[in-house]
Amino acid sequence: MSRNAQNDHLTRLEQTSIHVFREAFANFRSVCMPWSMGKDSNVLIWLARKAFCGKIPFPLLHIDTTYEFPEMYEFREKAKVIHGIDLIVRVNEDAIRRGIGYATHDPVTVTHELKTVPFKAAIDEFKWDALVTGIRRDEDPTRAKERWFSPRSAEGNWDYKDQPPEFWGQFASSAPEGGHVRVQPLLEWTELDIWEYIRRENIPNPTLYFARNGKRFRSLGCHPITHPVDSPASNIDEVIEELKRTKVSERAGRAQDHVGRNSMQELRAKGFM
Amino acid sequence: MSHSSLPSPAAAQAAAQAAAEDQRKMHVVVVGHVDHGKSTFVGRLLNDTDSLPNGKIEQVRKNCAAEGMEFEYAFLLDALIEEQEQNITIDTTRIFFRTTQRAYAIIDAPGHKEFLKNMVTGAASASAALLLIDAKEGVMDQSRRHAFLLSLLGVKQLVVLVNKMDLVQHSQETYEKIRTEYTAFLKSLGLNAVHFIPIAAKHGENIVNRSAKMAWWKGPTVTEALDAFKHEDDLTGLPLRLPVSDIYRFDHRRIVAGRVEAGAIRPGDELIFQPGGRRSTVRTFEDWPGPESRDVVGTGGSASVTLSEQIFVERGQVAAHPSNQPRVGREFRARIFWLGKEPLVPNKTYKLRLLTQNVEAVIAKIEKITDASTLESIQADSVPRDSICEVIVRTARAVAFDLHQECAITGRFALEEAGRIHGGGIILDARKEQNVREGKVTAAERSARSGHAPAVLWFTGLSGSGKSTIAELVERRLFDAGRQVFRVDGDDLRTALNRDLGFSAADRAESVRRASAVAGLFANAGHISLVTLIAPLAADRAKARAALSNHAFIEVFVDAPLDVCEQRDVKGLYAKARRGEIAEFTGISSPYEAPESPEVHIRTDKLTTDQAVDLVLDALDKVLRTKADDWEV
Repeated sequence: MSRNAQNDHLTRLEQTSIHVFREAFANFRSVCMPWSMGKDSNVLIWLARKAFCGKIPFPLLHIDTTYEFPEMYEFREKAKVIHGIDLIVRVNEDAIRRGIGYATHDPVTVTHELKTVPFKAAIDEFKWDALVTGIRRDEDPTRAKERWFSPRSAEGNWDYKDQPPEFWGQFASSAPEGGHVRVQPLLEWTELDIWEYIRRENIPNPTLYFARNGKRFRSLGCHPITHPVDSPASNIDEVIEELKRTKVSERAGRAQDHVGRNSMQELRAKGFM
Repeated sequence: MSHSSLPSPAAAQAAAQAAAEDQRKMHVVVVGHVDHGKSTFVGRLLNDTDSLPNGKIEQVRKNCAAEGMEFEYAFLLDALIEEQEQNITIDTTRIFFRTTQRAYAIIDAPGHKEFLKNMVTGAASASAALLLIDAKEGVMDQSRRHAFLLSLLGVKQLVVLVNKMDLVQHSQETYEKIRTEYTAFLKSLGLNAVHFIPIAAKHGENIVNRSAKMAWWKGPTVTEALDAFKHEDDLTGLPLRLPVSDIYRFDHRRIVAGRVEAGAIRPGDELIFQPGGRRSTVRTFEDWPGPESRDVVGTGGSASVTLSEQIFVERGQVAAHPSNQPRVGREFRARIFWLGKEPLVPNKTYKLRLLTQNVEAVIAKIEKITDASTLESIQADSVPRDSICEVIVRTARAVAFDLHQECAITGRFALEEAGRIHGGGIILDARKEQNVREGKVTAAERSARSGHAPAVLWFTGLSGSGKSTIAELVERRLFDAGRQVFRVDGDDLRTALNRDLGFSAADRAESVRRASAVAGLFANAGHISLVTLIAPLAADRAKARAALSNHAFIEVFVDAPLDVCEQRDVKGLYAKARRGEIAEFTGISSPYEAPESPEVHIRTDKLTTDQAVDLVLDALDKVLRTKADDWEV
């Protein structure tokens, strides 16, 4: 790969994402980046380091549902050191004390209690006015309607019916009163772009994405509701080849998306990413 | 397109380039009048190019069946409940698909009038556009309006799809009529459609597969037309424009960060930063992870630059090569599209965002407002939502820019109010500033910055007549309209500047003199100052008027009968005066000489407060308009 090849597809995506990171950092008082430790999140870390010349100048936030795969906790500690991450970890201890969990509750309730509630509490605690998220337009139809900079009200709600226009590289430059802006540098990327970029840049990722015994994870969430898909793809090249052929949606293994017809929309209107 | 039979080196190179080109995703926007079939078309396109995820059609069919609705391809896109209920697309939906040739991101832009801002958002990021016209309904409002916006947003590649041909018996005559009419309209905008393709989206005719029912159509199918679209021109050959987005000092390095919007930058390049005109040289690019950095950053690339000479650089400045710099100025003529709920009005302060510059700006003059669907001029003092206008823009401080025709990306801007973007514009030409910007700051320069001449409004009247009430409302209206305004209140002055003064005739005269001096200072600073003072003696007021003769002076007589004022007695002063606790109280124990010919005479017992405020503002408006010649270009 030539050092000066700037017009290839991945470099264009990369350079645009860097621009989005820099605009967010220049325009907002207090930025934070939630980190799921998944592939998109790890690409974000990489892009942030490129944007800020090696050092991420804001904290990362991990909302720990306590249902992460053990390998993810190991990966978290390793990545923290590799990238020099300033990490904030939050757990909804109260919900856990009340016995909220996958054994007894439906996935939408658990996701709300263990992800959305502590996420909102952290926003209240730290008063961030910009949150960098790794969502992509190709993941889900409701995400297709997102903006690069997407304002959220003080209640965390997304007014998708009245979004500000966004054109010519000009984004919303301030958060609504008491609310924040979601900054979404990966909006234009696809799942395939993510993997091709991970391969090109050699970005560290959990190995759960690669097949063991004929199954691999395409998307990672809480272990009780995240199911592996049938796949022989045991390394990154094979994953990329598989994605070029597949027509199964990425989040097919994520149970909370499929409970009701519009469960993703309900989750997102309540503040889920 | 012709194919040569013998491959030449140039052809091989072109083919390689074409292959590389096709790696890049083509962004296409789909526009057109509401209900002309955009969502159905995109749903069908996805289906016919085999781009839908497994089970998607079945899922939507099932949902439709569950709700007792007939399946429609449009439902594939209308992912949100509300849309399905309203049966219109509410926002820019980005959908990815592939033809056999390359990948596409298609933007299903909404057609409903209210959602124009979403269409703009979609179209601004597209390289090409598909515009649908219902064969049965023909060219409608938004068919024209959307084409106008496409021309303004710089989308040059356009294919018109004449849809629902099945509803007009696939009539070539109907098709030709629409083509002739709409071609003429496009021509008036300087646009030209590459093709008009007759289709029936619902049945998949002429989308991927040729329609057997329209054998007369010899042109391309939609996917063939899509594959012929070209990516936007690479701007690397243009002069360098690197807007500074930030300065990073995370460690010992001082890094100038920015995205190259046009041209290319290399280590060793001499740079000039505008506005400001300071020069320095590119020392290094600080690319992470290293160890090597790029030797050149071209258009679209994000650069991290260290400089050889440490100069003052800040966000907003534009780095260029000294041989080809952007223009720097505070005034230009622009064509604007306005999407705000409130109309765009002259002399109100907006934020103008151009590259990374963010400055206060006013519309100094509206030259022309155009109805986007008829292209006819509208006569109005303000620009209503969803219309297009030509205006003179004046910024509070100098900005670096290019004319849109020289470099589109640095020749356009967004207008923001209260943190939200409400419109955008392209710069048609620059206007020279009248004043030489050297030496002492002149009154004319201050006026130019305020957007209006200074003035003094002198409110006189009895205690309790309503001077302060009216003055406060006048101040609010002026302030909200973006004027520089400040109220000099007699009672306030007495607590500080005039605390050594009592109510003797001599002290009153001195109090009036001081108030006029303070009002004069604010006026000199470019403000409209509102003085509220009883100033009972005509001679004192005459002196004040004379002292302020170099400014527009408006005497406002707030006239309420004594008994009315005494009845109101808001501060209880009349009661005190009647009890003899206050000596020399105007109206009771001291005279009030009513002005003989004030510029504004307000009978507060006869007028409502709003009427009184309007009278004052009308008088001020007249005076400012005559004064405007002194400084306006």
